[in-house]
Amino acid sequence: MTASLRRVALAVALPGLLFALWWIASDDSVSFYLPPLRRIVAAFGPTWSPRWASHVAPSIARLVIGYAGAVVLGVGLGVPLGGRPRLRAALEPVLELARALPPPALVPVFMLLFGIGTAMKLLVIVSGAVWPVLLNTIEGVRAVDDVLADTCRCYGITGATRLRVLVLRAASPQIVTGMRQALSIAIILMVISEMFASSSGLGYAIIDFQRGFSIPEMWSGVILLGVLGFAMSIGFRVFEARVLRWYHAQRRVRGEP
Amino acid sequence: MTTASPEPRRGRQRAVLGALGLAGAAALAEIVPRIGVVSPRYLPPFSAMLGALGREASSPAFWRALLDTLQGWALGLAIAVTAGVVLGAVIGSRRGLRAATASTIEFLRPIPSVALIPVAVLLYGAQLRSTLLLVVYASFWPMLLQVIHGVGDVDPVARDTALSYRFTVWAKLRYLVLPSALPYILTGVRLSAAIALILAITAELVIGTPGLGKEIGVAMSSSAVPAMYALILVVGLLGVAVNVGFRALERRVLAWHLSVRTEAAT
Repeated sequence: MTASLRRVALAVALPGLLFALWWIASDDSVSFYLPPLRRIVAAFGPTWSPRWASHVAPSIARLVIGYAGAVVLGVGLGVPLGGRPRLRAALEPVLELARALPPPALVPVFMLLFGIGTAMKLLVIVSGAVWPVLLNTIEGVRAVDDVLADTCRCYGITGATRLRVLVLRAASPQIVTGMRQALSIAIILMVISEMFASSSGLGYAIIDFQRGFSIPEMWSGVILLGVLGFAMSIGFRVFEARVLRWYHAQRRVRGEP
Repeated sequence: MTTASPEPRRGRQRAVLGALGLAGAAALAEIVPRIGVVSPRYLPPFSAMLGALGREASSPAFWRALLDTLQGWALGLAIAVTAGVVLGAVIGSRRGLRAATASTIEFLRPIPSVALIPVAVLLYGAQLRSTLLLVVYASFWPMLLQVIHGVGDVDPVARDTALSYRFTVWAKLRYLVLPSALPYILTGVRLSAAIALILAITAELVIGTPGLGKEIGVAMSSSAVPAMYALILVVGLLGVAVNVGFRALERRVLAWHLSVRTEAAT
């Protein structure tokens, strides 16, 4: 009991202290660009409650759809590639180039090809977030345990069942790692695609405040983005703990950290 | 391996297949616009991109932009790595500090660095410092986490031995902490280097600080489509060079290490 209390206290102490420091240090700030935290917090509700349906919800919807598309595409392509060494060798340099390309550099290309609508924004998210998922899936499928693969063959497990019980299961720790990397890329691309040319979305709203010199509102948007990123990473951790419960339990039994 | 060792041959085979893959991708990029699947106005044939690349390479503006990008990337990376190593070493070496900072790091790390774009614009405008703000913020976290893990990974027996022999602080750093943390540090540098390049290009593209990203934006708004693709290709090759270069560095520096470590997945 006291141990868990101590843990909570440790987790809360420093963030609380930093928040208090920011609050006190900025309280009598007269700098135009760094307004008191008091005013930023006060601006939060009035700024975002009327914009929730028009700016925040569409952004989150695009993020979720684009991210889901990237995961499905990455796993869908990664499984066949991971199982075919020659095909993999042929595509490796191309994939290496595609992965190394900073995803925001592709925003102009997609604007050119698909205009500035929702399709462009979704494609930008998919095209950037797919690589970590794809490459990690390939690695995971490649490293499927030989004994398990042979066992499956002996029992005549093939097709969809083999995919489900052997390939995806064995590769899932790697796939989840890729999905975690993809999530932060997806958030970045959601914001950038909206900052470019758009009239809705969180990224657009924040840039619009900045151009209109509505500084406390802009800061409240920055904080909202931070909270969104944090919430996504908490949500992902819950998902990971559920999906990979068997894997972490196995590692604990083997005494690995 | 009784017969002639298959390893080099397999390596050569892979290289050939990889070259075929690259050639295939280039051919695809040449044919698709030529047969009109996509309008060549939006996706010029690969040869046109190469031609534009040649023209770019002969203009001093291109080389200046390339240098600007590299400067923002290298400076930002250097600051992030230094800060990450120093703070990570301090936090990682004390359990109490590690426990007290964990929640703060977990909160600050997922904040998308692009959220700082408006702040950078207001504070610094379209200057190098804007690029640096984004680059440093984004590439600092992976570095910090790797160093904290690396310093925390010191073998307890070795630590006790160092204590028994009353190693000085310097000796402890040199012979105890550094060897066990180095693999983590290098992985952190490699991850951070890739992220730093992404953010350098992003800042140039969105804020308009000088560099290749800005040139891409300019090429797009002036409808110089082949030049735009050529610049994107350059940025991609830069990314490949960063990845390959840091992987090679890792192999060289860690040649002494038992297993040249598998990538710590963070």
